[in-house]
Amino acid sequence: MSDHGAATGTEVRVTGATETTVMTYAEAIRDALTTAMRRDERVFLMGEDVGRYGGAFGVTGDLVDRIGPDRVRDTTISELGIVGAGVGAAVTGMRPIVEIQFSDFTAQAMDQIANQAAKIHFMLGGAMQVPLVIRAPGGSGTGAAAQHSQSLEAWFAHVPGLKVLMPATADDAKGLLLSAIEDPNPVVVIEHKLLYKTPGQVRTGYATTPIGVASVRRRGADLTIVATGVEVSRSLEAAERLAADGIQATVVDPRTLKPLDSETIVREVISTGRVLLVQEAVKTLGFMSEVAAVIAESEAFVHLRAPVARLAGLDIPIPYAPQLERAAVPQVEDIVAAATRLVREW
Amino acid sequence: MPLSTALPPAETGTAEPVRLLSPEGQLVHSALSEEYLPVIEALPDERLEDFHRQMVLMRRWDIEAGNLQRQGQLALWIPSHGQEAAQVGSAFAAKPQDHVFPAYREHVVGKIRGLDPVRIMAILRGIDHGGWDPRETGNFHIYVLVIGAQSLHATGYAMGIGLDGASGTGDPDRDEAVLVYFGDGATSQGDVNEAMIFAASYQTPQVFFLQNNHWAISVPVERQSRTPLYLRAAGFGIPTTQIDGNDVLASYAVTQSALDAARSGAGPRFIEALTYRMGAHTSSDDPTKYRENEELAYWGARDPITRMEAFLRGRGASESYFRALAVEAEEFAADIRTRTLALQPPPRERLFRHAYTDAHPLVDEQRAWLERYEAGYGDAAAPDTGAAPAEDGAGA
Repeated sequence: MSDHGAATGTEVRVTGATETTVMTYAEAIRDALTTAMRRDERVFLMGEDVGRYGGAFGVTGDLVDRIGPDRVRDTTISELGIVGAGVGAAVTGMRPIVEIQFSDFTAQAMDQIANQAAKIHFMLGGAMQVPLVIRAPGGSGTGAAAQHSQSLEAWFAHVPGLKVLMPATADDAKGLLLSAIEDPNPVVVIEHKLLYKTPGQVRTGYATTPIGVASVRRRGADLTIVATGVEVSRSLEAAERLAADGIQATVVDPRTLKPLDSETIVREVISTGRVLLVQEAVKTLGFMSEVAAVIAESEAFVHLRAPVARLAGLDIPIPYAPQLERAAVPQVEDIVAAATRLVREW
Repeated sequence: MPLSTALPPAETGTAEPVRLLSPEGQLVHSALSEEYLPVIEALPDERLEDFHRQMVLMRRWDIEAGNLQRQGQLALWIPSHGQEAAQVGSAFAAKPQDHVFPAYREHVVGKIRGLDPVRIMAILRGIDHGGWDPRETGNFHIYVLVIGAQSLHATGYAMGIGLDGASGTGDPDRDEAVLVYFGDGATSQGDVNEAMIFAASYQTPQVFFLQNNHWAISVPVERQSRTPLYLRAAGFGIPTTQIDGNDVLASYAVTQSALDAARSGAGPRFIEALTYRMGAHTSSDDPTKYRENEELAYWGARDPITRMEAFLRGRGASESYFRALAVEAEEFAADIRTRTLALQPPPRERLFRHAYTDAHPLVDEQRAWLERYEAGYGDAAAPDTGAAPAEDGAGA
């Protein structure tokens, strides 16, 4: 299916060309970086091994050859320095993008992210802006063990001043990144390591995806699945299997966690009366806990035919062993099972 | 407004590093070496052979593990090819009561301290996080994996030794010290710098052992520091020495001297071992993307094993020693291979066992949920998540 789906209920604003081409999620990010850098000389990238090496996951690839080493800058192993220098560059009018090689290592940079980038505009009474983009791959499934596999989006969503984006398709990887670069606020873009090689139709040219607009990836009458990150494609695969079993699912991808498009979620929950919330991150106090509360506080409450259900990662560190790693987060068959129960039992 | 990326020439320092053994395998007599040569001259032949033997075994292990990784039997391998002298010499300098904090490349240090190599293979086979008990592995602590984090743990431990009065008593067989390993990449991390601040502030009994292998994945040391890294320690007030890290004798003698000072209560010491990562950062890395063959050839000509072998032959080591070692190395590799391939995935219960130190209601609830959930599938429809073997195979 196309990235925005035949049944898309949300209008996607398309700026620039509407031609599309097939590229991977990683290539789409590189395309966004190239496009933004060619368009605006204030845009530059800093990170570990992003230059000649082409990025730990090959995302930057030949970007250094396209743009040059002045604006595709290799740094030392200093996450606090990378983000802090990015904050400094941002307040002086640059448009820095910083890459943290694994999102787990934002922990090394958290003071600059949470206490500086997120607070400066507020504490200076609006005198300065921090148009900083922090790109960081998260997620499990690559056999990278407990310190290289976490899904930390809730950390950032809990800090006022930060915007948090989680692209689930190649087109959104490009479109959301371009929007993040345009945005005058600090924006954390959580990419997913497992998605980097996933191909999709991607709009060519300067094609943004708006921040704060969810995407309805699929429509069905029996239940609504809300999923983020890698769980979006898993939910879509689960929906196909459910359809073969006579259960029709709507799949909503919020795309941006903060700001959150509550309106679309509530509307799509009302339309089916059942909702399954799927995230890879640990369950307790996760993003889907917030979505559950949004639904409970909304007019959707009286339309619910079943309790709100969450399917999430176990509340444990991600194990190294692949057999255990797989069991620690929702897989396609888990989504099928949870959705089936929700529909059959309610 | 172009940003300059050109680097001015680095300050490399004019002094030679401490070198006791030349690349040709001859003892070096110099103003720098005279202090340390008596230590080497007092060593029995067996000890000198053991330096060589451990380096040869490590290199054979490296080859075997690299092959196993390429054959899909390891998730990852972290080679130490080229760095054997720095690691072996310093490991032999530590006393049994000392505590050793590795980064993640110091496999042979663990082996010398008494760690079964298969415990490391279990990590890199992707079935275990490496949770050995340092009290059972010669005080060889765990691989913490996040760059530089161990430097603070080591400093904290050394502070504890100081508070316990377990150093500086004047009894060299009882006084304890800490030896902490890290690489040039880690020197850019806050952890290592804060560790040096604490070490200097509390005058901890510890030795910082920096293996400068010249590359932090794709970033060369010239990009990381404009001054020789050993001089950084001087800025923190820590006595510091730069050594030829491919000289196992210098590594041994200088580390022994530094540990002796730390144990005696004289405070921390810093050693920068100039060495080279001949292989990839890990099996996930492709160093041909970022470095030149000339550099590889330069360091290849300074191989730590070749020069030690020349030294031993010059002292009249027997051909039978080298023949026996070649056989031992093959047997060692075969044993590692056999026991690695026998390592089975851990049981499903391992998911929950160590999330907390004791029972936790949330974990218990989720364990029960998963058991019920999986039981609900029955045998035929069980999700492909791997059957739990009867035995816990990860502990090796």
